[in-house]
Formats: sequence, structure tokens, C-alpha cells
Amino acid sequence: MTAPLLEVENLNVWFDLEGGGELHAVQGVDFSLEPGERMGLVGESGCGKTTTALAIMGLLPPSASVAGRVLIDGEDILAGGEAAMRPHRWVDIAIVFQGAMNALNPVRTIGQQIVESLEIHDRGKGAAARARTGELLESVGIPAARASRYPHELSGGMRQRAAIAMALSCSPRVLIADEPTTALDVMVQAQILELLDGLCNDFGLALVLVTHDLPVVAQLCNHCSVMYAGEIVERGPLDVLYHAPGHPYTRMLFAASPDLGMGDAPVLSIPGAPPRLDRPIDGCPFRPRCDSSFAACVERPHLRGVGDDHAAACHLNEMVTA
Amino acid sequence: MSVDATVLEVEDLVVRYPIHRGLVGAVTRQPRRQVHAVEGVSLSLQKGEMLALVGESGCGKTTTAQAVLRLVDPVAGAIRFDGRDLVPLGSRDLRPVRRRIQVVYQDPYESLDPRFRVKAVVEEPLLIHGLGGSKAERMERVRDALARVELSPPELFLERFPHELSGGQRQRVAIAAALALEPDVLVADEPVSMLDVSVRAGVLNVLDGLRRNGLAILMITHDLSTAARFAQRIAVMYLGRIVEEGPAAAVVRNPQHPYTKALLSVVPRRDPRDRQRPQILQGETPDAVFIPSGCRFHPRCPVAIERCSIEDPALARPASAEDGHRAACLLLPARS
Repeated sequence: MTAPLLEVENLNVWFDLEGGGELHAVQGVDFSLEPGERMGLVGESGCGKTTTALAIMGLLPPSASVAGRVLIDGEDILAGGEAAMRPHRWVDIAIVFQGAMNALNPVRTIGQQIVESLEIHDRGKGAAARARTGELLESVGIPAARASRYPHELSGGMRQRAAIAMALSCSPRVLIADEPTTALDVMVQAQILELLDGLCNDFGLALVLVTHDLPVVAQLCNHCSVMYAGEIVERGPLDVLYHAPGHPYTRMLFAASPDLGMGDAPVLSIPGAPPRLDRPIDGCPFRPRCDSSFAACVERPHLRGVGDDHAAACHLNEMVTA
Repeated sequence: MSVDATVLEVEDLVVRYPIHRGLVGAVTRQPRRQVHAVEGVSLSLQKGEMLALVGESGCGKTTTAQAVLRLVDPVAGAIRFDGRDLVPLGSRDLRPVRRRIQVVYQDPYESLDPRFRVKAVVEEPLLIHGLGGSKAERMERVRDALARVELSPPELFLERFPHELSGGQRQRVAIAAALALEPDVLVADEPVSMLDVSVRAGVLNVLDGLRRNGLAILMITHDLSTAARFAQRIAVMYLGRIVEEGPAAAVVRNPQHPYTKALLSVVPRRDPRDRQRPQILQGETPDAVFIPSGCRFHPRCPVAIERCSIEDPALARPASAEDGHRAACLLLPARS
């Protein structure tokens, strides 16, 4: 069997805190991705989604220590430091950030910025790079003539498209999209989701969609990993996560999202807040907020299979199967 | 629908913002241009009702809200509150009215003064309006307002600064500050869009509880799922106009206007089995400086016919819709 396109193994990230001590932001995250697959990575703010994404890209600040393996075609790109990462970043794996305005340089046209990224990666120079830039912009639905526009001359949706075009400049096989539609209107959000859908279908791009918005994931992805307090607490096909969740957190996240077809059914918030990660956590990290915790929850549960292609870290599942 | 319960009525509201030509523009006699933010919006709000004003950015929903708050001056139209038109009133006459129409903004990270403790944030409106009596009585009202937004016990929050609160708690403090004046109308401009999913529901449930107790809420939102669940009526705006309006369930289950249909089709559903083929409109809301002729939606409309670029449809009840449900589309056979 050949190695998966992207494989993340036991990824851990610690941040050094100013007053001494460490914050364990990502705790043993595993997942793998095949070409054309779309995976959602969901959870509340501060649960480690973005840190996981940045760690995979090797873009964390020096105050972070990373352990674990990130394999592309079976080759570990984290092991050799920047020298090992560099040939793969943007070339095999690229990222699009939430605020497209902040990701683009305000004093250069979007065309110049894409040409620059092409030249840096030896994907053509001068006229050839400009022609390729036009193609890239067209592929994300921006007329090539708009290459001469500055970011502020574009709408939010167009800026997000430009940022996606730039991320695609070296034809990566994996795209991480971190909250790509959060600041956008519903119709523009739908346009961007349609664009990402097309890129996966037409070019076999593998997508990691990082968001706190489960309905958006349900719209676009086949698979989903739910993160809480730095670890993946449940993963599986979305249909299973919605209809037969294996972790109360997943169920409660769905119940907290209003839905068009819900009628008068209650929308329930999740009480409390995620735990602090700068101190050790006893037992299940979700226990203080969980509506179904019981005696066993003083022991920390581990992610284990609860069905076909479905795993969860919750003691309730042991009760059922036992 | 009882007419007596109407607390706020907006009639044919028009708000335009002039665009400065600059010196060169004036000298070269370029035409004066305006942003047609709101062009003839009418709506009414009943006691104990939440009306959701939905639409894309730039459709004029926030401008409508600001006009209701009398923070921008309308070019034409009437805003009747308690039977009195607010448009001709000066700032002195408006003061007692402002107490009764309060607002909650989108971003509780910016709307609260970081140097004010919670008790000062909630007390300040009382001081400004000279209400609440003695210090002790004011504090009683502050505690009461905090309890109404379910920040309880209030003692736990009185001395805190905004940075010591979560996003959801901050937004509750902002709502409490609005409630301290015991308003009749609350304008909520995207009150949960900056909040984490897990706490949104809590804030929405607080607003829902206040509404059940008689508060009239004008909610500005682009999230149709939230509008569908929490509002009693929905008004869909496009380019300065209301294109469809009616009971929330009717608008969501039996949309009439092609724009509403498209908007509903792109709302992500939480159950993957409810996934449907979204009907995606290309482009974005056009510039409100150059309003298209005829029906302003016709350049993006999937079913437009030639007549749509000439005739401007008015809101009317379509034959296939229930009472109180109106849409502005030439292709909808009106009820005779």
C-alpha cells in the first residue's frame, strides 16, 4: 500500500510562556488525507485548530516547540528543520488564512504578488510568470485583467479568491483553508465554497477546512475531525457525526448551531469555556462542560474506534460496547 | 395582527449619502453622486416581536437601523414611535425617545470601554439620562439588568473589567447596558456574528427571553438560520429595498422572491443529508451609486425577463402566499 498524500502523526506543540511554564496547545494530533479528500477540522476558538495548521506548514514562531511527524508521500518534512520543510511548503502544501486583507500586501497589486511567489519558487519569470498569474486568477474566478488591482480595490470575496490563487501558485496538492469564509456574506461564502469544491473535484486537491462553523463543513467536506483542548476528540464521516455522534462535544456543537429546518427546536449553548492548556488536565478535558459525564470521566479517555471509520475519545462509548 | 401593539413604524424611508466630488470634480463639473443606501423602506415592529432584517453587505440594513436610531438623517420618510414622527425632531426632543430605543452593536470587544468596570458600563446610561435615583437605587437597577441577561449572580460580575469576560459575557453586558434604561425597542446589529458558535446560542436565547417579556427587537443579520429560528418576521433587503417580507416560517418555507430563494439555497445546513444544490448568484451586490433600472435585482436574477429591466415592482401579496407575506417581483401573479 502506498503512503497517504499527507499524514500527521502524534503532532504536539508547546508554547513557552513569558512568565515561565508551557502551554500545550496541540496534544497528539493524528490524521491522514488522500488526494481529492476534504476534511473539516472544527472546534471552538483556542482549541488548537490554527496552531495545528501552522505547525503542519512549519510557520509557528520560535517560541513554539513542535514534536511529531508530518509526512508527505511518506517523507517527514518536519524532521530536518527549515531545510527539509522549504522544498515542500507552498509546493506540496499551502495555506489560505482567514483575513485575506492581512495576507495580501496592501502596497502591491495582486498580480505582482502572485508573480513574486512564482519567481521565488522558480515557476517562471517575466512574461511567462505574468501569463501564469492570469491563468491562476481565472481559475479562481477573477478576470485576468484585474491583476493590476490593489487589494483595497477588491471586495472581500475577491480578495479571498486572490489569496487562494496565490496559495495555488505552485500547484500544491494539499490546501489548508483557515476560516476562509468567516468574514464573508452568505452568497460570497457560497461562491468560495463552490470554488474550493471545484478545485478538489477538478484537480484532486486535498483540502483541510479549518472552521468553527459545522454547517459549512457539512456543506463541503466528507470527513471531519473535532478538536477540543488541543486534541482530536472525535473523527468520522460527517453524516455519522451528525446522526450518531460518539462524543458529547460534537453533539453539543451541532445543537448550538441554528438550522433553517429546525422549527422551534431549542438552540443550546455549551456552558463554560474550554480549559486552560498551561496546566495539566485531570481526566476528560470536556468533563466540566459535559451534559453526560459520569464516574469514569475522571480518567482521561483516548481516541478509539467506535464504528466503521469512526473514532471518539469518550468513556460513554465503552459503556455501550461493554 | 392587532394594530395597537405597533411600537415602531417606518414609512417610505429614504437615506442617501452624498459622495464628495473633491475640488477637481467640482471644477470639472462632474455630476454630484449619491449612495442610495435606503430607497423607500417601510416596516413595522410590534411589542414582543423580533423582526429580522436580512441581506448581504451593502443592502442598507444597517443604514435602516441607524435611521431608526436617528443617528443618520433620512432624506424622506417617517419613523413613527409611539404615534409620533421622529424625523422632524431636534436633538433635545429626541433625548427622551433615545432612552426608549436602544442599540446593541456587533463587536463587544470594541463597544465596551476597556477602562470601565461592568457596573460602570451598565450604570452610565442611567447617569446620562439622569435616571435611577440615588446611587443605591441605580446599583439595584444595574443588578437587575445583569440578572435579566443571565449574568448571575450579578455580584460576580459588577467589579470586573471587559478583558476579564468572555465574548459572550461581554455581549450580555452590552445588552444589560441597553436594558438599564428599560427601552421599548432594541436594535441589535449582528449581535452574535463576532462570537464563538458555542456561546452564540446563549446570547440569542437571552434576546428571545427579553422579547417574550414584551421587548420589540429589530435584528440586523446576514444569517438566515438565526433569523429563521428566532425572529417572528423576516424582511429581506436588496440594494436599499425590502424585496420580501412576511412571517419567518412563511418566508423560509415558501419563499417567493428569486433573491430570497437564492439566499435560502446557499445557507449551509448542519445535517449533511439536507445538502442541496446551491443556487449561487454570480457577482456581488452592485454599487448603490448606480441603481439598475426597473427591478434592481434583474441583472443578477436567474429568471429575469425583459420587462424586469423596465418596470420597478412593488411589494404585494402573491397569490401563492399567506396573509402578511409580500414580495416585490413582476413574475409573481398578484392576488386579485
